[in-house]
Amino acid sequence: MLKSFRIGGIHPKENKLSAGMAIQPIAVPEQVVIPLLQHIGAPCQPVVKKGDKVKVGSLIGKSVGFVSAQIHSSVSGTVLKIDKAMDASGYKRDAVFIKVEEDVWEEQIDRSDELVTACSLTPKEILDKIAAAGIVGMGGATFPTHVKLTPPPGMKAELLIINGVECEPYLTSDHQLMMEKSDEILVGITLVMRVLNVQRAIIGIENNKKDAVALFTRKVAAYPGIEVQPLKVQYPQGGEKQLIDALTGRQVPSGALPISVGAVVQNVGTVFAIYEAVQKNKPLVERVVTVTGKEVQRPCNLRARIGTPLTKLIDAAGGLPESTGKVISGGPMMGKALASIDIPVTKGTSGILIVPAPEAKRREMKDCIRCGKCVQVCPMGLNPTLLMTLTEYEVWDRAEKNAITDCIECGSCSYTCPAYRPLLDYIRLGKSKVNGIIRARKN
Amino acid sequence: MEQKLIVSPSPHIHSGDTIQKNMVAVLIALIPAFLVALYTFRLEALLITTLSVLFCVGFEYLIARFVLKKEPTISDGSAIITGVLLAFNVPAGLPVWILALGALFAIGVVKLTFGGLGNNIFNPAIAGRIFLLISFPAQMTSWPATAIAGTATDAVSSATVLGLLKQSPEALGALPLRQMFLGLEPGSLGEMSAAALLLGLIYLLWKKVITWHIPVTILATVALFTGILFLIDPLPQYNPLIHLFSGGLMLGAIFMATDYVTSPLTKKGMIIYGVGIGFVTVAIRLWGAYPEGISFAILLMNAFTPLINSYTTPKRFGEVVRNG
Repeated sequence: MLKSFRIGGIHPKENKLSAGMAIQPIAVPEQVVIPLLQHIGAPCQPVVKKGDKVKVGSLIGKSVGFVSAQIHSSVSGTVLKIDKAMDASGYKRDAVFIKVEEDVWEEQIDRSDELVTACSLTPKEILDKIAAAGIVGMGGATFPTHVKLTPPPGMKAELLIINGVECEPYLTSDHQLMMEKSDEILVGITLVMRVLNVQRAIIGIENNKKDAVALFTRKVAAYPGIEVQPLKVQYPQGGEKQLIDALTGRQVPSGALPISVGAVVQNVGTVFAIYEAVQKNKPLVERVVTVTGKEVQRPCNLRARIGTPLTKLIDAAGGLPESTGKVISGGPMMGKALASIDIPVTKGTSGILIVPAPEAKRREMKDCIRCGKCVQVCPMGLNPTLLMTLTEYEVWDRAEKNAITDCIECGSCSYTCPAYRPLLDYIRLGKSKVNGIIRARKN
Repeated sequence: MEQKLIVSPSPHIHSGDTIQKNMVAVLIALIPAFLVALYTFRLEALLITTLSVLFCVGFEYLIARFVLKKEPTISDGSAIITGVLLAFNVPAGLPVWILALGALFAIGVVKLTFGGLGNNIFNPAIAGRIFLLISFPAQMTSWPATAIAGTATDAVSSATVLGLLKQSPEALGALPLRQMFLGLEPGSLGEMSAAALLLGLIYLLWKKVITWHIPVTILATVALFTGILFLIDPLPQYNPLIHLFSGGLMLGAIFMATDYVTSPLTKKGMIIYGVGIGFVTVAIRLWGAYPEGISFAILLMNAFTPLINSYTTPKRFGEVVRNG
């Protein structure tokens, strides 16, 4: 029996069309647009102005406040302007526009492919390098990594969990990265273990990636303290709380952080970025993006500079199909539908999923037949249909009592509902209302 | 690129499950019981079932269109199920006008007055059956002898096992368990064969249309309750096997108590609901005025469903802090 989380879950069709496609670097575009907010937290302050020359790796946005992450130039060239540009959220936000000239990198960056295993830095120095490199959670949540690696006072991590689950259908960027950069990822894990001062790390990989499980099982032999655990193919296995439950049997209590059960979770992509930052002095200026979809000509995994227009990536996969109805940044369960594809790749762009028009539209909602299927699949043990009704009628106190704020927005309820009810839409709305009420009460 | 993109919140995919698919699965699960009815009652079974479905679907259409003036929702298939279940709950040979009244009550009063599928408090077929049982007790309990058991098939009414248990348990003689299991003892159209109904249960569980909680809890409660009584005093009326395989217990536990709309949402709730139905069924059978109690038990527990729902929350994530 493979390990898994214990409550709810679904198994959508995996559709990993781009599985096994080697990561191809995509040409540096003529111009990049680098948003100053690519993470959860405060936007960065620009430290360049129109006309400034920058290199690959030059700092262009300085983080203000603790929960924030530095922004670096992903290209060399001239700053054209600092102006508003639309990002994946659909909002126009400040971004640095850079005209690309040649491809000159900052001198300290080691661009060779050689594996660097030795590291003589102290945990504090490693952490500072991670912060300086602007690393965020690469699984899509984009929470600043150095913050996550700094436990609150009095808390101590016992276990590092590496998320190689990639439970979203279609996405394969983490899978391919694991296949191509296993050594770098393992060195990255040892670095994070040192920062956290933990002796044990578990890499959780969903069992539909048997090659990755085999590869890491073979390689961890050389790394004391690191284990590999194949996991049942079940969504949302990669949800932070679900993954901790699956691997340790400990359930993070409502409202608490993973550290409360002694665990810290990092995505494989993040760990790879940490390796590059610490061992190669390379800030986060590029990432792997899966471009996929049923009608996409060449589903693929691309390595793109941050700020590259999505259109360039879509062209590399064979162009936008005629039938396109929806373009999603991320996976089909939790990704964001884009209003326009004229937006740049950012640190959180794990995939671009192109959905044909007939599948892009929702079907008409029917009355709830109280089948309880949403209750059965909710991985947080909530009652989605009740929460939807409470939101509809704005009964916030009961919504709070029924733990609406525990919702991880995985979408299993809406996915399952035979009456096509937009359960998560309502719950999301209710959750933000209730969170607002809770905040107001504290003040 | 001036193509307009569709923007909607996640999730962007759907399981493909629909209300209709669930209803079709229930209808498929009812096929074995229908075949047994056809075999036992021949044309009578076909006639009653077809008419009952036509009445239910027809009333739903007419009432929605001309009384409520809204788009009829007959395509979801729920009225067909109500029709089949109502037919399965009446004796073969029931006068057609009585059947029509039952359908009108089930669909018109119990289902549509409350707002249609999803909003009704009581299971329409159960309520329809009880309406008929109370209004036409003679016609509703005149069981034709089965075509295979007896020689005379026409209008010879014979007693059911439960009826005998109630009035003169001694008259039962040797317990006709095997016949009951296969469906050779008199009874309503669709409740004849426990074997056929159990086949339907297996299909529903396999297709994940229902979970085991409600049917298994009901059957287990009935077996345990009567089993304890039987251990104390081994009279035939306490025999748990008789109770399991007689009357409408199987039909009720598998197909009527599991009605999505009128049963609880959570597993805990389903178990409370199932235990309640089991207890009330046995209590009515043993000490009530009627020989059979499953319909009343389900109707009663339907009324408790909202209360059960508000007192049972699903097991939340984070309640088990350590279990490694």
